[in-house]
Amino acid sequence: MNASVRERIVRQAMPWLLSALLLAGWQLASMRSGISHAILPAPSEVWQAFVKYRSALAEHALHTVVTSLIGFFLALVGGVLLGLAVGAWPIVYSGVYPLLVAFNAIPKVALLPLFVLWCGIGALPAILTAFSLAVFPIVVNVATGLATIEPEMEDVMRALGARRDEILLKVGIPRSLPYLFASLKVAITLAFVGSVISETVASNEGIGVLMMAASSRFEVSLVFAGIIVIAVLAIAFYGICGLVESRMAHWAFRARGGQ
Amino acid sequence: MNLRLVSAQQSVVQERPTNARPFISLKNVSLAYGADEGMLTLDRVSMGVGEGEFVAVVGPSGCGKSTLMKLVTGLLPATSGEVIVDDNIVHRPIKGVGMAFQNATLMPWRTTLRNVLLPLEIVQPFKRQRRRKRAEHEARAQAMLDAVGLGPFGAKFPWQLSGGMQQRASLCRALVHEPKLVMLDEPFAALDAFTREELWGVMQSLWLQHRFSAILVTHDLREAVYLADRVFVMSKKPARVIFERKIELPRPRTIEGSFEPHFIDLVHELRGKITEARS
Repeated sequence: MNASVRERIVRQAMPWLLSALLLAGWQLASMRSGISHAILPAPSEVWQAFVKYRSALAEHALHTVVTSLIGFFLALVGGVLLGLAVGAWPIVYSGVYPLLVAFNAIPKVALLPLFVLWCGIGALPAILTAFSLAVFPIVVNVATGLATIEPEMEDVMRALGARRDEILLKVGIPRSLPYLFASLKVAITLAFVGSVISETVASNEGIGVLMMAASSRFEVSLVFAGIIVIAVLAIAFYGICGLVESRMAHWAFRARGGQ
Repeated sequence: MNLRLVSAQQSVVQERPTNARPFISLKNVSLAYGADEGMLTLDRVSMGVGEGEFVAVVGPSGCGKSTLMKLVTGLLPATSGEVIVDDNIVHRPIKGVGMAFQNATLMPWRTTLRNVLLPLEIVQPFKRQRRRKRAEHEARAQAMLDAVGLGPFGAKFPWQLSGGMQQRASLCRALVHEPKLVMLDEPFAALDAFTREELWGVMQSLWLQHRFSAILVTHDLREAVYLADRVFVMSKKPARVIFERKIELPRPRTIEGSFEPHFIDLVHELRGKITEARS
């Protein structure tokens, strides 16, 4: 009992310990190695940049968060609908799935010029890029959840006289929920990647813009501050998705863990 | 001496009215898999199950016993021949059949009580009444759980129960809507010997209480003799019915009774037929 509590505390402290260790190593390296601080600023300098530009960082970060979340929620709606269709009808699966794989293989940066051409510069191409990156894991996971329904469960339902939509509602959707929530963690981080990539190319606002501007002014410490802001945001939203997951599909966690 | 016993009991059976008109009848039913129809799974199977009769089907493994269940419930269409249930030819899945499998197949996101409630959300007339009679339906599901000794566990999730308890819940789900027909596909096969024998007793008392027609597919010959009114022995693929034995043991049957000579003789007789079928 006591040992397991201690183990849990250690396990929860590990990410913080490792981060602190990395920062300390970085600080030491940049002080001792002789690499110009214009190329590799020390964490202390990054922190100074962060404090100095905090209002600009906050403003641009908020913009990035908003575009990422819009893209993410569009991907959620589109991904669930498409995933249900792909998972529920084999005919849709055979038609759509190869195209989905092909679409997923395209580097989304390659689509950016098109998005800019169609939507102009600003939030819209960022939302589209975030959507196009985030939608794939959602579709795949929802479809997988539906496809892995036990045949016996379906037999039970059909022998009772359940219609197709009843089977989907009572078995298919609950069955695919844990898969959906697992995919959301991946999707939200991909949405951030998408919107930042788009901002660096075609936007006037957002953390990506701020970083591009900073790098063109050789303010490397601000670039690093931007990177860390993105990383922290991604972790935060990953954590929120994880929390939602454990709330909504707790049975899937505990069922795996036994009693 | 045993022979005399059996024949005396068979004459009793012929007077039973339940066998007058079979509730289920299969007439020369064949099933072929694949487009070329080369692989026969079932070959001209004919059998009848009376209303309220408990029938067991035994045979070598992989002989298509489970396929038989799918045919009777209409989940699979027959290639030739006729399946008639309750005077209707079966074309599509018939409604309201209770089913239990080797796996309990309970929904992990529902509590045990709500798992048992599932058929009442699908089968008429319960489905129509489910808002008005919600409390009544829950009481009915709870009564089923009480009957199999799961009374206090309704609020637990299936994965918090042992394998035997899950299987009990699965039987409750198969029976809660008082189906006329119940299909049991090796429901006790995955359980340990003691739990299995305990559940035979549970199954028997549920059947004595509700008197549904049941088809039990099993590998376990003692199980077949313990539970069934009649046992069918199937051959290996392509499966045919090669033997039929009425089991006229008094009910309720007991585990002690299963060690008595005439019970064991019946098991041996069936075993002999299966050995023939395998060779």
